[in-house]
Amino acid sequence: MIARAERLNGRAVWTTLSSPRSIGILGIGLAIVGFWLALPPATLRTPPGPVALGILGAAAGIWAFARGERRIGGGAVVAGIVGVGLALALMQTQASNLEGTFVWSALIAATLRWATPLTFAALGGMFSERSGVVNIGLEGMMLMGAFFGAWGADKTGSWLGGVAIGLAGGAALAFIYAIFAIHLRADQIVGGTAVNFLALGITGYLYNDIYGNNGTPQNLPAVPDVHLGWLHSIPPHGLGNFLVNSFGSLNLMIWLSLALLPMSYFALFKTAIGLRVRSVGEHPRAADTVGISVYGTRYAAVTLSGALAALGGVFLSLGYVNAFTENMTAGRGFIALAALIFGGWRPFGAFAACLLFGFSSALAQRLPDLSASESAAWPVLFQALPYVLTLIAVAGIIGRSIPPAADGQPYQKQ
Amino acid sequence: MLTAVIAFFIGGLVILATTKKNPLSTYRAIFDGTGLNWFFHVGSHKIGIPFTDTRVWFPWDTASRSAMDLQQTLIIVTPLILTGIAVAFAFRCGLFNIGGNGQYTVGAIVGVQFGVWFAGLPGPVHVIIAMAAATLAGALWAGIAGLLKATVGAHEVITTIMLNWIALWVGSYLVGFNGPMQDPRALSAPVTRPVAQSARLDVFWGFPTLQGLHIGFFIALGALVVYWLVLNRTTLGYEVKAVGFNAEAARYGGISVPRNYFLAMAISGAFAGLAGSIDILGWEFNLDLTVVQSVQIGFIGIAVALLGRNNALGIFFAALLFGALLTGTSTRNLDPSVFKPELAGNLTQIIQGLVVLFVGVDLLVLYVWRALRRPFPRRRVES
Repeated sequence: MIARAERLNGRAVWTTLSSPRSIGILGIGLAIVGFWLALPPATLRTPPGPVALGILGAAAGIWAFARGERRIGGGAVVAGIVGVGLALALMQTQASNLEGTFVWSALIAATLRWATPLTFAALGGMFSERSGVVNIGLEGMMLMGAFFGAWGADKTGSWLGGVAIGLAGGAALAFIYAIFAIHLRADQIVGGTAVNFLALGITGYLYNDIYGNNGTPQNLPAVPDVHLGWLHSIPPHGLGNFLVNSFGSLNLMIWLSLALLPMSYFALFKTAIGLRVRSVGEHPRAADTVGISVYGTRYAAVTLSGALAALGGVFLSLGYVNAFTENMTAGRGFIALAALIFGGWRPFGAFAACLLFGFSSALAQRLPDLSASESAAWPVLFQALPYVLTLIAVAGIIGRSIPPAADGQPYQKQ
Repeated sequence: MLTAVIAFFIGGLVILATTKKNPLSTYRAIFDGTGLNWFFHVGSHKIGIPFTDTRVWFPWDTASRSAMDLQQTLIIVTPLILTGIAVAFAFRCGLFNIGGNGQYTVGAIVGVQFGVWFAGLPGPVHVIIAMAAATLAGALWAGIAGLLKATVGAHEVITTIMLNWIALWVGSYLVGFNGPMQDPRALSAPVTRPVAQSARLDVFWGFPTLQGLHIGFFIALGALVVYWLVLNRTTLGYEVKAVGFNAEAARYGGISVPRNYFLAMAISGAFAGLAGSIDILGWEFNLDLTVVQSVQIGFIGIAVALLGRNNALGIFFAALLFGALLTGTSTRNLDPSVFKPELAGNLTQIIQGLVVLFVGVDLLVLYVWRALRRPFPRRRVES
C-alpha cells in the first residue's frame, strides 16, 4: 500500500518535472549557465561549452513553446540565443579586461547600492497601490527626499536630522497628492505626473535659491557605512574575503532597506492593518461596509509610500553621492514602479526585480572597461541597458501579473 | 483658465515667501521679456508684403526689441503646439503619452541626419524629406509603446518613460564624442554637422542671422487644423475618441481597440517627431549633446494639452502661455536684478506642475462652491 502511494507520488513529481513549463524554465537556466561559463571565474575561452548549453536551452524552449508554454518557452529561446551571442562576444575581449570587469564581490556590492533606492520606492509604491491608489509620483517623492535630506543634514548637522527631514518632505508631497487622488478624485495618473513636475520645480527652486552655483556643501553629514570586519574570519579564506568585499562595508540604509522587506511583508500580509489596506485596494465598497475607513486607510498608505520613497531619495543624496543635484533621481521612481509591477505587487518579487535592475545598472557602470580603446563611444550605450531591461520586463512578463482590483479607481463614499 | 490663475497665484506666493520680492513686479519683468507687450505698442509703421517690394501701413513696429522677443516666444511656441497635440491626441484615445521627450529627440536626430544628407536637393523637397523622415521616426518610436499596449497591455506611462531614457542615451551615443554623428570637423565639441542650406526653413519675420521666426510656426498652426480635422471629421478620429471614452463599449461596437491604441500612439509620436525636426531645421541647424540630454519640450506638452483641454484652440493658447513663460524666464530676457533666471526657470516648472495638478480636479470647484453654500446645507440626492 505504502509502496504504491510512494510510486504514485514519484510519478506525480516526474509529471511536474517533465511539464512544458519546467522544461522551459530548465531551458532558461541552461542558457544562463552557458553564458556564465564564459565569465570569471570559469572564463571559458572556447565556444563549444557555452554554445552547446545555449542550443540545448533554446531547444528546450522550442519544445516547451510547441506544447503551449509560449511565454516561458519563448523566453528560453531568446535567452539561449542572447546567451550564446554574449558569450561569443565576451570571448573576443581580453581575459584580463574581463576579470577587471566581473569582480563578483564588487558587482554584488554595486548591485545592492543601485537596487536600494529602487527597493525603498518600490516598497512605498506597494503600500499605495495595495490600497488602491496608483502612485506615478514616486519619482517626485524620491526627489523631495533627496533634496530635503541633504538640506536637513546641512541645517541640523547630523545625518539623522537629514533622514527625518527628507522623510517628512516626501511624506508631505505624498499627502498633497493623496488629497487630490482621494478626496478630489482627480485622475491618478495625471495627478502623479503633476507631483513629479512639482517636485522637480520645488527642489530645483529651493536648491538654486539656497545653494546657488556652489552646490550642496562638501562636508554634508553622510549616513555611515556598516563595517563588518568579522566576516573576514569566516573559515575558508576565499569565502571570508569574498563576503567582506561584497557585504563588509555597505551603507546603513542598504541594510535598512533589506530589513524593511520582511517587515513590510509581515505588515501587509500577516496583520489586521495589512488586511485592511489590501481589502481597501481590492474592494473598497465591501471594506467600507464592514466599517473600514477607506479614505483614512488610503491617506495613511499614500503618505507612508511617500515617506518610503523619500528614504530612497535620502539614500541617493546622503548615503551614496553625498550631494544633491537637480533631478538626481533620473527616472528611478519609474523603474521602481516597473519593478513593483514586475514583482506582482509583492515585497520580495519587487525586490528581485530591483536587484535585476540594480545589477544591470552596476554592469553598465563597469562594462565600459571591457573596451580596449579609451575613446570608443559605444560604452555610453550601456547607460540605456537598465531602461531597455525594464521595457523588456514590462513587455514580456507583466501581461499576466494582476494589480489590486481597485487600483487607480477613486472611491466615492455613499 | 481658472487653473492657470490659481497656479500663478501660488507661484506668486512662492516668490513672496522665498525672496521677499513683489510677485507682481516679478511677473511684470517676466512678461516684458516675453515680447507679448509688443501688441500694446500701437503706432504707425510700415510692413513689407512678403515676396514683393511694396510696403503698407501696419499698426505695430516689426523691428523693435519686443518684436524680437516675440519672435523668440513664437519659436518656442511652435514645438510646444506640436508636443501639446501629441499628448492631447493620445489623451483622446485614453492613453497618456509622457514620451514626448523621447519622440522629440528621435525626430531631431533623424531630422538632422536627413538635413545633412541629400545636400544637393532643391530646398522645399529637402525640407519635406527631412520632416517626413523625422515624423515617421517619432511615430515608430511611440509606436513601440503603442504596440506593447495593444498586444501585451504594458502600461504606456512606464514604456514611454523608458523610451525617453533610451532615446536620451542612444542620442548621447550618436551625437557625443566619437559618436557616429559627431561633426568630424569639430572634434572638440559633441555636436553634429549642421544641416545643409537647402534643408533650412525660411525666416519670414526678423533677421535670419539673429534667429528670426521661421515658417515652421505655420506648420504647427497647420498641425492644429489637421488635429481638429482628424478628430472631428474622420472615421479614425471617431474610433479613437470612442476608445477613449469607453474602450469596452467601443470593442462591443466593433471597433478594434488594440489597433486604435497603436494608431493613436503612433500619430501622437508623429507630431512630437515633427516638432523635433522643425526645431532643428528652423533655428538650431545642428544637434548638441547638451540639447539631447536636457529636452523638456515633451513634458511641457503635457501641461499644454491639459491646460488646453485637448482642443485645438486651447492648445494654441496654452502653448502661447508656456512658450511666453519659457522666453520670459530665460537668462537672456529676464533682468537678474529683478529675479534670478535660474529660479524663474524652476518657478516655471512649479507653475507647470500646479497647472497639471489642478486641471484634473473639476471637483475642486464643486468643493469651493459647496463650502460657500455651507450656511444652507442641502444633501444631494444619490442616484
